[in-house]
Amino acid sequence: MLLQQLVNGVMLGSTYALVAIGYTLIFGVLRLLHLAHGEVFMVGAFAGLQLVLLWHFGPLGALLGGLIGSALLGMLLELVAFRPIRRRGNSHLTPIVSTLGAGLVLQELMTKYFGAEQTAFPSNLHTVIYDVGFLAVTGTQLFIVGAAAISMILLHQFVKRTRYGIAMRAASESIQIASILGINVDTLILLTFAVASGLAGIAGVLVGLNFSAISPYMGLDMGIKGMAVMLIGGLGSIYGAMVGGLILGMVEVLSVAYLESAYRDAFTFGLMILILIVRPNGLFQTGLKVER
Amino acid sequence: MLGSYWESVAIFMGINCLMGISLYVPMMAGLISLGQGGFMAIGAYVCALLTKADVPFGLALCAGGCAAVIAGLIVGTPALRIRGIYVMILTLGFGEIVRVFFATFEPTGGASGMGGIRPLTQLWQVVMVTGAAVLLVWRIRHVRFGRAMIAIHEDDVAAEAMGINLTRTKLLAFALGSLIAGIAGGFYAHQALFIDAGQFDFMRSAVTFLYVVLGGAGNPFGPILGAAIVTLVPEMLRAVQDWRMTVFGTLLVVMAIWRPGGLLPTLRSHGA
Repeated sequence: MLLQQLVNGVMLGSTYALVAIGYTLIFGVLRLLHLAHGEVFMVGAFAGLQLVLLWHFGPLGALLGGLIGSALLGMLLELVAFRPIRRRGNSHLTPIVSTLGAGLVLQELMTKYFGAEQTAFPSNLHTVIYDVGFLAVTGTQLFIVGAAAISMILLHQFVKRTRYGIAMRAASESIQIASILGINVDTLILLTFAVASGLAGIAGVLVGLNFSAISPYMGLDMGIKGMAVMLIGGLGSIYGAMVGGLILGMVEVLSVAYLESAYRDAFTFGLMILILIVRPNGLFQTGLKVER
Repeated sequence: MLGSYWESVAIFMGINCLMGISLYVPMMAGLISLGQGGFMAIGAYVCALLTKADVPFGLALCAGGCAAVIAGLIVGTPALRIRGIYVMILTLGFGEIVRVFFATFEPTGGASGMGGIRPLTQLWQVVMVTGAAVLLVWRIRHVRFGRAMIAIHEDDVAAEAMGINLTRTKLLAFALGSLIAGIAGGFYAHQALFIDAGQFDFMRSAVTFLYVVLGGAGNPFGPILGAAIVTLVPEMLRAVQDWRMTVFGTLLVVMAIWRPGGLLPTLRSHGA
C-alpha cells in the first residue's frame, strides 16, 4: 500500500518537476517569472490530445505533439510578451502583466475550442498491468515515469554537453558577460523558451494520460505548483527542481492517503513556506543573485 | 443619484482601488505580494461572520482588518529574511493556503460558500475609506516611516546602516497593506452578499498586482488609476461578451509593451 502510494507520488512529482524545470530555466536566464507557463503546459496537453483524436496517434506521438506544440507556443510568447518589453528598458515586473494577459487569452481560446468541461484523454495503456509480486504497475504509470526520466536525462546531457546548453548555463551566470563572450543572447533566450516550454508540454500530455482527462483550467493550478517547486529546489537550479518536484509529489500523495485530502494544497504550500524559513534559498542553493 | 448598476460598479472600483493601495504600501518597502487575495478573504469572512452576529458594520470592518493584520504579521515574519521574487512566491503560497482553508472549513460554509450576508456597503463609506487610503499613500512618502520604506526599497543594507530598523519597517509596511486589504474584503463581502473561497484565488491576487504595475508602481496614484481601468474596461467590453478575456488579455500585453513602466511616471522621493 505504501509502496503503491510512493509510485503515485513519483508519477505526480515527475510532472511537477518537468514544469518547474521550465520555470527555473527561464528564471535562470531572464530572472523573470513567466505567469503563462501553466497555460503553456495546458496547451501542450491539448496539442497531444488533438493528435490522438485526429490521427489516432499513440502515447508517444501525443508526447511529441505536446513537446512541439508547447515549444512553438513558448517561443511565440517570448517574441510577443517578453522581447518587446526587454527592448524598451528592463522592468522586471512588467512581463508579469504581459504574461498574465497572454495566459488569459490562451485560457479563453482553449475554452472556446474545447469547451470549459473536462475533455477525456483516451489511451490504450491503462489496460496493461505489470505485476511485480508486491506491486502492480499499469502501463500508464510506467510510461509516465519513463518519459519523465528520459526527458530529464536528455536535458541533463543537453545542458552539460552541448554548445547551446553550456551557453545557457553561462547566460544564467551573467547574461551581460555571456553576450560579451559572443553568445547571441536573443537566440539563446528563444532556445531557452523552446526547451522550457517543450518540457511543460511533455508534462501536459503525461498529466492527461495520468488523469485521463484535461481541462483548459488546469494550467493555473500547475503553474502555481511549478513556482512552489522552483522555490523549494532553489531558483535557477535544474536539479533542485527535479528533487523539489518529487518531494512535492510525495507530500501530496501521502497527505491525501494518510491525512485530510481536502487540505492537500495547504500541505503543499505549508511545506514550501517551511522550507523557505529553514533554507531561504531553497534546497539547492545556486549563486544566482535575485534582483529586486 | 447614480443608477444602481453604476453605483455597484463604483463600489467595486473603490474596493479594487483599496486592494491596489494595499499592495502598493508594502511595495514601497520592496515587498511585492502575490497573496493580497488571501488578506482580502480573511477580512471578508471575519467581517461577514461578525455582521451576521449583529455586530455594527463599522466595528466588523475594523475587526476584519485586524484579523488580516494578524495574518500579515505571521506571513511577514518569514518574508523578512527573503526578498524580491521569493517574497512574491511566499505570499502566493500563503494566498493559496487561505483559499484552501476557506474552501474546506465547514463553519464558514466550506466549498459551498457563505450566503445571506446583509447589503451593508454604502458608496459613501467606500469613497471615504478609499479617500483616506489615497491620502495616506500620497502623504506617507513625506513622513519618517514612508521615507524609511523608500530607503529600504532603494538599498536595504545602506538603509540599515543609516539606522533604519528593517524588521520594524518591513513588518509595519506588510501589516498596513494587509489592514487595507482586510477592510476592502469586508466591503466586498457586504456588496457581493455571497462569498466563497474561489473569489479570493490566485487570480484575485494577480489582478491586484495588475492594478499597481499597470498604473505605475512608482507613483501613489498608479494603483488607483490601474484599479479604475481594470474595473471599467471589462465592463465596457460587455459588447464583445464572448471574447472579453481575450480582448482584455491582448490589451494587457499591448499596454505592457507600450508603457513598460506603467501609465503614470515614477515619482522621485526627493523631488516630490
